[in-house]
Amino acid sequence: MTIEIGTASAFRPVATDDATRRRQVRGARLRRDVVGWSFVGVSTFVVIGLSIFPAGWAFFISRKKWNLLSPPKDIGWKNYQTMMNDPDVWNAVRNTLFFTAVFVPISILLGMLIANALNQRIRFVGFYRTAIFIPFVASAAATGILAGFVFEPNYGSANDILRRLGIPPQPFLESPTQAMLVIVLIALWGQVGFTVVVYLAAMQDIPQDVVEAAIVDGANRRQIFRYVTIPALAPVTVFTAIWQTITALQLFDLVYTTTRGGPLNSTATLVYYVYKVAFQESRFGYGAAVSYGLFAITMLVTLFMVWYSRRTKIQAF
Amino acid sequence: MSLLRTVEIKESAPVARKRRGFLPFSGWHLLLMPTALLFALPLVQMILTSFMTDAEINSFPPHFIPTSINLSGYQGFLTESLAPRWLLNTVIVATISVTSHLILCSVAGYGYARLKFRGRNFGFFAIVATIMIPTQLLMIPTYVMFSKIGVVDTLAAAFIPWLTSAFGIFLMRQFFLSLPKELEEAGHIDGLSTFGVFRRIVLPLAKPALATLAVFTLLNSWNDLIWPLTAISNQDNFTIQVGLTTFQGMRRTQWSVLMAGNVVATLPLIVGFLMAQKQFVATMTFSGLKG
Repeated sequence: MTIEIGTASAFRPVATDDATRRRQVRGARLRRDVVGWSFVGVSTFVVIGLSIFPAGWAFFISRKKWNLLSPPKDIGWKNYQTMMNDPDVWNAVRNTLFFTAVFVPISILLGMLIANALNQRIRFVGFYRTAIFIPFVASAAATGILAGFVFEPNYGSANDILRRLGIPPQPFLESPTQAMLVIVLIALWGQVGFTVVVYLAAMQDIPQDVVEAAIVDGANRRQIFRYVTIPALAPVTVFTAIWQTITALQLFDLVYTTTRGGPLNSTATLVYYVYKVAFQESRFGYGAAVSYGLFAITMLVTLFMVWYSRRTKIQAF
Repeated sequence: MSLLRTVEIKESAPVARKRRGFLPFSGWHLLLMPTALLFALPLVQMILTSFMTDAEINSFPPHFIPTSINLSGYQGFLTESLAPRWLLNTVIVATISVTSHLILCSVAGYGYARLKFRGRNFGFFAIVATIMIPTQLLMIPTYVMFSKIGVVDTLAAAFIPWLTSAFGIFLMRQFFLSLPKELEEAGHIDGLSTFGVFRRIVLPLAKPALATLAVFTLLNSWNDLIWPLTAISNQDNFTIQVGLTTFQGMRRTQWSVLMAGNVVATLPLIVGFLMAQKQFVATMTFSGLKG
């Protein structure tokens, strides 16, 4: 008996050792997986569930006629065909691209200019900085309502100032030709603080020895700005341009709180149109198709900007 | 660490520092003074107008400074609408969003920065990929999804999209990657569990990153318009932003009430901004530089 146990136990440890080690390794790996996913699981699930999943689902919705009340009807690519022939869509595309094309370059130029001014050793910089940043904190809803007040044609301050300067009062948001430009102004008021901050941080990262070398070489301030600062800021400029473009193409809040797309559809942007079609007219399938159209435009514009910056050898990505 | 340090705006320009004292008048003031006024005055006017009566606002020529302090605008906004309720809703939404963001993003950020497990690369890639998906594409399917699970028209519809975010996870991961590993290894040797190391060693070091994340989430959840606007139609569950725009639709020309509403909706964040300006600026810079 004892011998048997002895042999058994003498034999076993080797075998169990191997098996347990394998089991242990597997157990440790499993534990590592469990620990790992218990850290990232919830977040990963929520992020995928609230973006990748719905983004894919939007495609299926875009191939249906659906008002959420009656069951969805499969209509293939018809929504996309309708979209291509919908004058309201093309009007929205034009308005959105117009806004983007005016807003993005000005916000970048102003951001660079103001940041450069704030980067000087002068008085009141703290006051200037605070004043320029504050509008960024105000919500688009409040900004839109405030703008409605300031640009009110009869007693708004904008026309009051024009009157004092001897310029005839303007209809601003009530004019189809001016409304979008006024919205650009409002968007700049709210967003320039952001580009200023980004540029200011980037300017303070420019190595001082480069600037000093330029001074030694006899460069004046303007030349330093042109030949040292601007090239050093190029990657930030590319990034900010892309960021602002994506934001601009999604313009909605300001339109909703100032003109609701009017007058005469002159400020209806693509996101506003998606909102109107889906949430006011209950055409969810068509709305999803138009939002895919906007996604396509956003991708094309972004890819073009990345390609262009690569071609001009700006290292942003 | 360096990642976050670079985004702080230094107090003075990095030009060789001379003694503080008299600075000669600089031409830059000619640019900065009007610009600063242009940015600040509309907000000042908003506050001043909120203390005027409608008769005073509509008088010609327009006043800038109220002749007396009149609270009828505030009275109107707070009693004729559900504004107190909307404010409370917004505070609830912002609190849940910020708390959940801080917990979920820091935990997930740490997992993706330091832990090794199967599916890690897949999970992180999926999260980074979502950064490219624009919100407007998600509007319709999310609404449909919310209506299927019965959260449409509830307050949950306003905060569920802000429970966690790819941006927040990414921000926290970048921060944790910049910490020296030795501290965590010492914690493991001292017998702390993985969570113990995270909770006792890593998290206390992450305060600057957490503050940045908190400001980011507060700004976004407080000011969000399109989500609650599409998903909530029951007035009781409006956030202040949705309430304000709905109220605007009904009171097109009652400016005293609307300006009071504007002040109520923006003042909490403006005060927060003035108190923690550095933190707000760091957040803005981070979201700009690192996307």
